[in-house]
Amino acid sequence: MLPRMVVDERAEVLENRALSAEYNVVTLAAPDIAAAARPGQFVMLRTAPGLEPLLRRPFSIFEIVRGADGTARAISILNKRIGIGTGRLYAVRAGERLDCLGPLGQPWPLSAGARTVWMVAGGVGLAPFATLTEALVARGLALRLFYGARRGEDLYYADWFADRGVDLVVTTEDGSRGVTGRVTVALDRALASTTRDDAVDVYCCGPTPMMRAVAARLADAGRDTWVSLEQVMGCGMGGCYSCVVPLRTAAGGTHFVRSCIAGPVFAASTLHWEGLAADHG
Amino acid sequence: MADLSAPLAALTLRNPLMAASGCFGYGVEYADALDLSSLGAVVVKGLFLSEREGHAPPRIVETPAGMLNAIGLQGIGVHRFVKERLPELRARGAVTIVNVCGVTLDEYVEVSRVLSDHEGVAAIELNISCPNIKAGGIQFGCSLTGTHDVVAAVRQVTSLPIMPKLTPNVTDVASFARAAEAAGADAISLVNTFLAMAIDIETRKPKLTNVLGGLSGPAIRPIAVRMVYECRQAVRIPIVGMGGIASADDVVEFMLAGADAVQIGTANFADPFLWSRILADLESYCTRHGVTRLADLVGAVHGSRTSAEPACRPS
Repeated sequence: MLPRMVVDERAEVLENRALSAEYNVVTLAAPDIAAAARPGQFVMLRTAPGLEPLLRRPFSIFEIVRGADGTARAISILNKRIGIGTGRLYAVRAGERLDCLGPLGQPWPLSAGARTVWMVAGGVGLAPFATLTEALVARGLALRLFYGARRGEDLYYADWFADRGVDLVVTTEDGSRGVTGRVTVALDRALASTTRDDAVDVYCCGPTPMMRAVAARLADAGRDTWVSLEQVMGCGMGGCYSCVVPLRTAAGGTHFVRSCIAGPVFAASTLHWEGLAADHG
Repeated sequence: MADLSAPLAALTLRNPLMAASGCFGYGVEYADALDLSSLGAVVVKGLFLSEREGHAPPRIVETPAGMLNAIGLQGIGVHRFVKERLPELRARGAVTIVNVCGVTLDEYVEVSRVLSDHEGVAAIELNISCPNIKAGGIQFGCSLTGTHDVVAAVRQVTSLPIMPKLTPNVTDVASFARAAEAAGADAISLVNTFLAMAIDIETRKPKLTNVLGGLSGPAIRPIAVRMVYECRQAVRIPIVGMGGIASADDVVEFMLAGADAVQIGTANFADPFLWSRILADLESYCTRHGVTRLADLVGAVHGSRTSAEPACRPS
């Protein structure tokens, strides 16, 4: 594991941009975290002062915002309002300050051999792919993003990825945009036109059932998938043992590891999917 | 600069702040972020003889001004601890207190014996109060003879200071403090979490996989202060107080009630860098009140007025 240079920045909200009645993007002036963060890492945000919510909430680092000279000066968070913490983050105002702890967790592994990269995102699971895209574009890799949502209006930042040369494959369950159906439909088509020898790395983030389905298809095709899990998390530092996920052991059993320090990124083949807690959204 | 040191049985801690067991991993998780030696002590996660997997998630749920946990004492066991974690804690200068668990009395004894054979353990906290495991633990802590027997048995095999951690899930915690003192405990710590429950009204199911969990956080603080106060009246041995502490004000309150030192747990989850802030705030409190030695505050509330009559106390 990486040595962790964790800092707690009292980050000013530079912007809160509503994408819809559910989604927003919050930009936080956290220059030390922005400079140190690697693709796929997360922060623990205190979304409100006082005792409710009592604990911070984990959020993927969405974008690294850079100044004119290229210096990292802020991070952004892609948020979907679900509970108290995310509801609070949906409503924050520019000028407020939020305690922001990070960067935390293991980043997406970047393999040396891959020439093609598939990113598979569902809903707010898009969040860890902007930083990954920037890192991989810099390496000159061919990137494809499979991006699924229920409805066309729930797809955000498609242009952001397209502008960076990412081959975008959009799916919607209501058929209002792109391929009709779940993201696995598009993935099946892509797999059918790919041979086992093609050097493709696959990264996936979204609802747990979606990640499980994606990983199963890739496994059938002889490939592993990097998945980024979202667990209920107490501290983000390895202190509380609440965010555990079950790994499969050689003996055929399972072993709980802390998602905050061993993850949130795992190789899908190492996970005991049946034992993963139901998705908490 | 006030003297913040905290005498605790055979130890003199640099300050009264300890990281509470179960809330700070094995300490090493925080070693890159914090100077572990700046804490009064680090109480590491509870250890059995062998590894344990703990409960299936979800293991925590938030409640008003608090949280429930049912981790189930997942842990690496004492043998891996002394090999894999204790050396780094020593190297980092942490004053290490180990929380010792057992399903049986023999297990408490054996874990304590292993720890006593290794350099770098400052004291033993006996976990007779975890509400989340089926066998052992709280079964001892909810029985006066069980409390006495565990402390007395461990006393036989170690010269390390022994500090049983008491459960608040009893009618009269002070009688358990007395049982611990009579059995040879060097100190007591209290309180562990309050057995509690939360139900999801949409799914009509318990929010925790384990159904029940332990409540911690600011919600329990006044009850914990009361229990420390009662124990201070019952025993002479030092008391380590805890329960919802999140600020220097809270630390002072526990000390006034009778705590020689304190532990901080849940608040560390929300703010892992709270230690230096609380120490600075303790300094200002001392300056503001002309206190030269923080330890002089211990139990000060007891002399301030007629001691409280027990409101409802079994004889």
